[in-house]
Amino acid sequence: MRSQALELRRAPRARAPGLLLLWATGAATGIILLVLAVLLLDIIAGGAGVISWEFIFANPRRGMTEGGIFPAIFGTVALTLLMTVAAVPAGVATAVFLTEYAPADSKLARAIRVCIANLAGVPSIVFGLFGLGFFVSTVGRGIDRALYGGEIVYGTPSLVWASLTLAILTLPVVVVATEEALRAVPREIRDASMALGATKLQTVIKVVLPEAMGGVLTGTILAISRGAGEVAPIMFTGVAYFLPYLPRHFNDQFMSLSYHVYVLATQSPNVDKTKPVLYGTVLTLLTLTFLLNLLAVVLRARTRAKVRASE
Amino acid sequence: MTATAPTITPQSPDPHASLRRKPRLGERLTELALRTVALTSIAAIVLILAFIAREALPVFAGGTVGESGTSFDLLASERLADGTEQFLWRPVSQPPTYNIVPLVVGSLKVTLVALFIAAPLGIAAAIYVSELAGKKQRELIKPTIELLAGVPSVVIGFFALIVLTTWVQQVFGTEHRLNALTAGIGLALAVCPVIFTISEDALQAVPHTYRTAALALGSDRVQMIVRVVVPAALPGILASLVLGFGRAIGETMIVLLASGNAAIVSGSVGVSTRTITATIAQELGEVVVGSDHYHVLFALGTVLFASTFVLNFAGERVIHGLRKKLGTA
Amino acid sequence: MLTRRSLLFTAAFALLCHCTQSSPTTNEGISGRANKGKLTIKGSDTMVILGQRWAEAYAKVDTLAVVQVNGGGTGTGIAALINGSTDICQASRSMSDKEREELLAKRGVPAVETTVALDALAVFVNDKNPLQEISLPALARLYTGEVSDWQQVGGPTHGVVLYGRENSSGTHGYFKERVLGGKDFAASTQTLAGTSAVANAVNGDEFGIGYGGIAYLEGIRALRIRKDDASPAVAPSLASVQDGSYPVGRFLYFYTAGDPSSDIKRFIDWVQGPDGQKVIGDVGYYPLPKGRRL
Repeated sequence: MRSQALELRRAPRARAPGLLLLWATGAATGIILLVLAVLLLDIIAGGAGVISWEFIFANPRRGMTEGGIFPAIFGTVALTLLMTVAAVPAGVATAVFLTEYAPADSKLARAIRVCIANLAGVPSIVFGLFGLGFFVSTVGRGIDRALYGGEIVYGTPSLVWASLTLAILTLPVVVVATEEALRAVPREIRDASMALGATKLQTVIKVVLPEAMGGVLTGTILAISRGAGEVAPIMFTGVAYFLPYLPRHFNDQFMSLSYHVYVLATQSPNVDKTKPVLYGTVLTLLTLTFLLNLLAVVLRARTRAKVRASE
Repeated sequence: MTATAPTITPQSPDPHASLRRKPRLGERLTELALRTVALTSIAAIVLILAFIAREALPVFAGGTVGESGTSFDLLASERLADGTEQFLWRPVSQPPTYNIVPLVVGSLKVTLVALFIAAPLGIAAAIYVSELAGKKQRELIKPTIELLAGVPSVVIGFFALIVLTTWVQQVFGTEHRLNALTAGIGLALAVCPVIFTISEDALQAVPHTYRTAALALGSDRVQMIVRVVVPAALPGILASLVLGFGRAIGETMIVLLASGNAAIVSGSVGVSTRTITATIAQELGEVVVGSDHYHVLFALGTVLFASTFVLNFAGERVIHGLRKKLGTA
Repeated sequence: MLTRRSLLFTAAFALLCHCTQSSPTTNEGISGRANKGKLTIKGSDTMVILGQRWAEAYAKVDTLAVVQVNGGGTGTGIAALINGSTDICQASRSMSDKEREELLAKRGVPAVETTVALDALAVFVNDKNPLQEISLPALARLYTGEVSDWQQVGGPTHGVVLYGRENSSGTHGYFKERVLGGKDFAASTQTLAGTSAVANAVNGDEFGIGYGGIAYLEGIRALRIRKDDASPAVAPSLASVQDGSYPVGRFLYFYTAGDPSSDIKRFIDWVQGPDGQKVIGDVGYYPLPKGRRL
């Protein structure tokens, strides 16, 4: 299909109205790219000078005006790690169920898909509301009453609740990416495996999933990238302004790159002094998410190329 | 490997029928486990809706009086001394007034500004990339714009606060420095990639035969694009607008940082405004669990959730129908 | 493959067990702590920088103590105190009777108030604004929306752009009570999170006016305030706040639910001691006058 479309593009030169369309749409594209460039350049210009080994590995000092942002980086990593552990197995299992086990147009499959699509559209602050009201106040306090005799151990904003909230938020991303990859696995492979005597489970685990690994990875990476950048869901479920320690337990609070950006932009003690730190934090966060997204894009392109090659 | 040898029945409608005769216990358990996990996604969304609605119940159930005599009538306006009506959101007043109108106006205002900017840009760019750009350009531009989708909203909010505010004030001379326009531009940055990606997909999904037929009948490229391809992709493009609207109205960080958060009802975009999302984010920290204010915030969340739910449902339906209709290229 | 998997499982299980321990950094075993083993401070955005600096400095004095700080506004801190999710609430205004009642009802203990610092609530305008001083009644007229042009209070001819803090802010609450006499802010007041956001906004807006804790005002000119039209105008400074001549000086507080337990009390005593008070000066607020240690 694509090569045929190319043929069309070599069609006769466009006349004047064609030029108008070309220029109008080209200009629109250009504007978008320009704004993106301005955004990136501004952040790089403001933050490049700040990034150093010390910045990445030191703790903040003197009211966040000096030192580094290591606790924020560590917190983001811990948060996304836990989130991945919660979201990826659930997401992959859901996708496997949808593609391999559920009959094509069953009501259940459709219902699940509708719910996934809607989860993807829920505003992030609503996740924050849910995380606070459900995980922290209900589940957390419930655990406290049952296991700790009322003492507050889990009924307070902590790493585990923030991770779970983010896991629900990013579940659709994992499911969609995995499903895409599973569908791309040619039917013949499954049939061949079954013909050789493997059970469905063995086929899925040993044959189909490894082929679809690219998609699973893509989904995971996109989920991490999304989770690292969110603020609203974690604002009330576990993130902190300043911690003198690194989170090591499930019920610890944590700092996070994204929240740090928000805090420095609105509550910094001295706006001029913290501006470099703010820019540096933004640059770090942006670099992280960009690298992850780039990786996902490359992976996805490679998976699609493989599909096309096998067609 | 299993001991069940497959029997070959040439015209069997279900080629795996033989294998389905004796599913092993492990198989059944696995399927059950997978089904249960898959149900968590349904459980999650149902739970979110149920929980938020439950906490909001005191507000919606008959709109009566809360613990301190607060009126839960979210639409009640106040009549001022000079006879004008005012809609006030004043949770810390004595007695508190919880009028949702300024917040809804605020949310709609910034969303409409964002769509006004992002829709033409996104759709035009989609047309360019899908129909007019060369292969190399396409492979560079598409991922780049999708990269914009990967920028966290707090970073866009930061950009709007630090860079856009000054620029907007200089170019447009707005009344307030932090206003609906600035926030709307920031939102447009976040929403544009959504509109672009889905519109571009819709345009690509238009069957090749439509294009060749148009050209065969004598139209030039422009006519083909404008009169055949775009109208054919219109359902998908509209769906992208709907989804973009949903994304914009649910966005929190950008408006929190750049809109000034003044709960006023005004038609102008140059004044500060406050959205539903920013209100929840600003005030959720200060509520005592179970208080009136707490219930009202959850009521706001329910309104927000319900509207994005409806919007997304509509958008997904349209995309689903579109994909079915156009099928494969 | 089987051995690797079982090893993985055992490792994961062990990790899980380790991760659910609460860190035993104090020997107190106190129930009713917001976060076992840690000292949780939540509340005022005005004071959050103070809290953070105190936490930093205290860690050097008592290496076992773990102090974690959060902002969100005084209202957030009070709500957290009532909810039980903080040990100390930082507040830039005093708790209202209604809040004290709620605390007593929900947690069974009264609120215990400790003053820890002084602050001048500064009112500031953009550099280009010629206004140098303002009286409290005029300020109230501005912020309630009664007066909406700068000219009416002695400034240039242009509409006033009001910047303030959000509802949960103690600064907002203090300003409302002390300056506005309990009346509501004009609906057009823009609510920003954090005094530095307010300072930033006023810096960029020629016709803006804002208020906030003095520590955030490095480089910004604060107006001199007169108590009423007849009184002299006083600029905010350590002296004028400590002797009471600055009309909108205020105390900054710590609140605990009931009497603080011993490790919390140690921290509060340290804050009120010479080391803690020195930190206040570094941050930009005013230490308590000597001899006043409530």
